Amino acid sequence: MTLAGWLQIILVFAIVIAAAWPLGLYMARLFGRPELLPAEGGLYRLAGIDPQREQSWMSYALAMLLFNFIGFVVLYLLQRLQFYLPLDPQGFSGTSEHLAFNTAWSFVANTNWQSYGGETTMSHFTQMAGLTVQNFLSAATGIALAVAVTRAFARTEAKTIGNFWVDMTRATLYVLLPLAVIVALGFMVLGVPQTLQGSVEATTLEGAKQVIALGPVASQEAIKQLGTNGGGFFNANSAHPFEGPNEWANYLSIFAMLVVSAAMPVMFGRMVGDMRQGRALLIVMMVMLIAGVAAIYWSEASGNPLLSQLGIDSPANYEGKEVRFGLAMSALFAAVTTGLSCGAVNAMHASLTPLGGLVPMFLMQLGEILPGGVGSGLYGMIVMALLSVFIAGLMVGRTPDYLGKKIEAKEMKLAVLAILVLPMVILGFTAISAMLPMAQASLANSGPHGLSEILYAYSSAAGNNGSAFAGLNANTPWFNTTLGIAMAMGRFAYVIPVMAIAGSLAAKKRIPQTQGSFPTHGPLFIGLLIGVIIILGGLQYFPALALGPIVEHFAMLAGQSF
Amino acid sequence: MFSQLRPALFLFAILMLVTGIAYPLLMTGVAQAVFPAQANGSLIVANGQVRGSGLIGQAFTNNRYFWPRISAAGAGYDAGASSGANLGPTSKKLLDRVAADAERIKAADGVTSLPPDAATASASGLDPDISPAYALQQVGRVAKARNLAEDRVKALVETHINRPDLGIFGEPRVNVLSLNMALDALSPG
Repeated sequence: MTLAGWLQIILVFAIVIAAAWPLGLYMARLFGRPELLPAEGGLYRLAGIDPQREQSWMSYALAMLLFNFIGFVVLYLLQRLQFYLPLDPQGFSGTSEHLAFNTAWSFVANTNWQSYGGETTMSHFTQMAGLTVQNFLSAATGIALAVAVTRAFARTEAKTIGNFWVDMTRATLYVLLPLAVIVALGFMVLGVPQTLQGSVEATTLEGAKQVIALGPVASQEAIKQLGTNGGGFFNANSAHPFEGPNEWANYLSIFAMLVVSAAMPVMFGRMVGDMRQGRALLIVMMVMLIAGVAAIYWSEASGNPLLSQLGIDSPANYEGKEVRFGLAMSALFAAVTTGLSCGAVNAMHASLTPLGGLVPMFLMQLGEILPGGVGSGLYGMIVMALLSVFIAGLMVGRTPDYLGKKIEAKEMKLAVLAILVLPMVILGFTAISAMLPMAQASLANSGPHGLSEILYAYSSAAGNNGSAFAGLNANTPWFNTTLGIAMAMGRFAYVIPVMAIAGSLAAKKRIPQTQGSFPTHGPLFIGLLIGVIIILGGLQYFPALALGPIVEHFAMLAGQSF
Repeated sequence: MFSQLRPALFLFAILMLVTGIAYPLLMTGVAQAVFPAQANGSLIVANGQVRGSGLIGQAFTNNRYFWPRISAAGAGYDAGASSGANLGPTSKKLLDRVAADAERIKAADGVTSLPPDAATASASGLDPDISPAYALQQVGRVAKARNLAEDRVKALVETHINRPDLGIFGEPRVNVLSLNMALDALSPG
């Protein structure tokens, strides 16, 4: 670890927080605004939407499911029929049923797991009208849901939590789109291509032919990062020199993927009328995320003794990393992309040291709340906050409340239902796959790293992350189908109980804060929340992690290979 | 449910047109007009011939050239199929591959130990850069193959080291393609 490395890490975080604060305040004003914005009125008339009519939680959730199902169907068809459609300069044929199923859920559920290599599978039209569209819409869906949950705390004795169509439109057109234009321009200046050409052929200095794949990369890259989507234009994702050409493009990538999620708790604080509440959640997210960065950085710098034995003069682990990013920026990217549910990578996670690979896996298993996907990170964190006040309530024997809303049996049951989705999907599918010969045939690594490949895949899918230990060949009917189900469950089976909690809380009165109330903005609550996240979110995965990365770490130190 | 169908379909269609068609096409127009070099892949053209992209690495195996990192993209530096090797840290395949490459490079350069980027595969398989240490290590071999004085080749490497901005931002590195092109300019043939 070097001083320059740490300085870069700290500067990136400082700039993100400086930008997230005003962005959060802007979003609070945008989503709280009753009057229409320019261009909004005409759009609603065309679509038959009454922007003044608010929805109950159930109607809001149904609208969200319907909208996303349409997105799924359209994306499925676009992939299957891409050879009939325009802008297919490389002449790709349609994708297989199971790959189209997987990819459609993947992009609708804001996961962007990629069982395919972008430059060898998807036409420009599919990348633009299919994948880029879902990069916007899945992120906007997350923002809309988080706004609705926030309103439940801000309102008293209310039957409704907002209008999904209005929230969706505003999140897309007034939050994500302007940001995407700015970030895309930044990427272009720094060297990211943006063309409708398919590829160019170069004659290398040694006289060989090199076909260089091109495309509309910058526009997709911008929203891929801003919407915590993570699906790369190219197979190598942000490690590809066209997606991450230099250190400045890398900083911009990290900034873009963090900024909206970091702004969400600020928006929450402003909308519930107590900035200290938002600040407490933001502190929890950032403290845990920085701990993750430090752990990966330390582990990669300590390196792999098996490699240094082969006559390499520094233990630093450069396998699967790019020279222009080095260890510090690879570690920062790996922690941020998994603390968020982004899943873009600028280094191959499969080749991280065992403990360096454990951290991203663990960050995903915690439920993608540090600070998580845009929107989904906030409502995931609120579920953890409800569990924390409940546990604190048990300790002192009082009915718990959060922001003046009584938390009762109904809310706790729904919260537990939500947080059980992830371990059920992750551990369930991992256990089955570990025993199935057809799943084992997809592994590139044997020994504990093979188990890690499977565990990582389902953690990534259920957490809606999308990064991979990419040795696993996931483009098979088994993995495409089960990972597709895991992604849909991790997104939609999780959010429905959360919406039910929102509906129930919106209808409640606000109880006055007394001296006996547990303050949810101070250091005591911050510490408790961190503890609850680690114990409830993380501990259930410990046995599985012990068999994968932890055992691999000790095998590596003992000089064993597989 | 049915009352929601029209808003869902119409809103989806409108947002799809805006984000999937208008946005990327508009950005493409701006890119082609304002940043044509970057927008088309930062290509290096010499005598009307495309020799590569300044951002994308190329395979070099000849002793007359500086060698890049190990690539897992296609058959090596296939810029239509980017990929890392994706082998885990305790993989026998990884250790065998690194051992073989390390032996080959050490023998070629006449050294006993290597910098950490020399025998490891990059993440993209297209890494255009190597560390300054790895570039300097190759000076002797390249100078000999080209009948040049080592000092001249070493000086050329020194001018091609890209140092961190303000000493903080970025990693010190050498772009292999631009170094090799400069080398060809210095001693053609």
